[in-house]
Amino acid sequence: MKSALISIQKVSKRYDRFLALDDVSLEVNAGEKVVICGPSGSGKSTLIRCINRLETHDSGEIIVDGLRLSNDKHVLEKIRGHCGMVFQQFNLFPHLSVLENLTLGPRRALGLDEKAANEQAMRYLERVKIPDQAHKFPGQLSGGQQQRVAIARSLCMQPRIMLFDEPTSALDPEMIAEVLEVMSELASDGMTMIVVTHEMGFARRVADKMVFMDQGQIVEVGPTEQVFEAPKSERFAAFIQQILNH
Amino acid sequence: MKRNILLLSGALLLSGCSENWGWYVVDPRTPNGLANLKFMMTGAYNTILMSLMAILISVIVGLLIALPGLSSKPYYRAINRTYVEVVRAVPILVLILWVYYGLPQLTGLTLNVFWAGVFALALSDSAFQAEIFRGGIQSISRGQYEAAQSISLNYRDTMRFVILPQAIRRILPALGNQLVYMLKMSSLVSVIGMQELTRKANELVVTEYRPLEIYTILVLEYLLLILILSAGVRWLEQRMNAAY
Repeated sequence: MKSALISIQKVSKRYDRFLALDDVSLEVNAGEKVVICGPSGSGKSTLIRCINRLETHDSGEIIVDGLRLSNDKHVLEKIRGHCGMVFQQFNLFPHLSVLENLTLGPRRALGLDEKAANEQAMRYLERVKIPDQAHKFPGQLSGGQQQRVAIARSLCMQPRIMLFDEPTSALDPEMIAEVLEVMSELASDGMTMIVVTHEMGFARRVADKMVFMDQGQIVEVGPTEQVFEAPKSERFAAFIQQILNH
Repeated sequence: MKRNILLLSGALLLSGCSENWGWYVVDPRTPNGLANLKFMMTGAYNTILMSLMAILISVIVGLLIALPGLSSKPYYRAINRTYVEVVRAVPILVLILWVYYGLPQLTGLTLNVFWAGVFALALSDSAFQAEIFRGGIQSISRGQYEAAQSISLNYRDTMRFVILPQAIRRILPALGNQLVYMLKMSSLVSVIGMQELTRKANELVVTEYRPLEIYTILVLEYLLLILILSAGVRWLEQRMNAAY
């Protein structure tokens, strides 16, 4: 049996009295694109933040590329090296130029020299279609451009997995398309992706697997078409109706 | 009405004092006055040098004290709290006396006046610097740490390249304040015999018996230094924030 690139087994996480993740299990294979959706507070962000340990889970285990997630510094470093992360609020470094944002990680953590890091950064900026903004600062860019820079910054670390935490939720409608387009291209290049989003059009086009979460549990999971055509749970059906009709 | 009262009181003050002003002691047109002025200014070097050394040390110590204060471990935070609370509670003048007269007895180590002054000023100020740094660093959003983690930066690099450069921009006005404060507090080191601006003025008063004029010049000396200093800080602020 082929082992999964990411394997989440019976993971739970509690904030004080609030159960954010309740016995969640999920497998993601190499090259697979998974979209996670669900109402706010359902635990979808918490789940992907657990994968690169921006949150620590209380019980269960998470295995990324054969490494069991723990507090061990070396393991953590390796896993974070495998996982790129794109945030809702972009989280670019505002005091650094776009180019410096992209080269900081490669130079400090991967040990690339300045020339190699710059060349790589320019390649990825071209890939997200903003090579001409390299010397601007994040504050001078539009939201859509900032998010594309953030995607390029993650790609510069040569990750095997890309985690997207509501990448378009903070964007104006006209900028959502440009970010989704970059993400679609990334998907067609074979990147393993886990995307938390409410963009159902994107999900249907790109995702191999759909996950619907509610109240800390995975309520529905399956191949995208199947989940959309014949949802097993009423909650997901209702959620989809709401999103499509809003 | 307000203006008239101000004019009136100003005129009264000047006319009432006119007989008693003795500006000749600091009149640069007379050889004696010029010599006195020059004598007073020689203190500026020590005032500036002492303040700069002290602020340099206190910024470094303050940062080192602030970092454990940001830790999630209670033990580290306790170190930070204890240092800040204790050092902040001691008046600067008391600290100066304690370092100069007390410390040698305690350690057998004698500091000269200059270093005793620098040490006491830096120690006192470091507690405030620590609080300023802690506030500045805490004001940086969690997302910046998470972004740094997600590109595999370790703690040192995260602080050095991501958090501190942003925090310093935010605390620059507060640092400027401390610098001004330090420059003024350096006058207290005159009590242990440091030859700085205030001490020079005191010595001149003893020989010339003209406290009003000499201390007025002293006030102007501090005013000038501090105006230059704050202009410098403002310039730095503008430069550092230009990029945003």
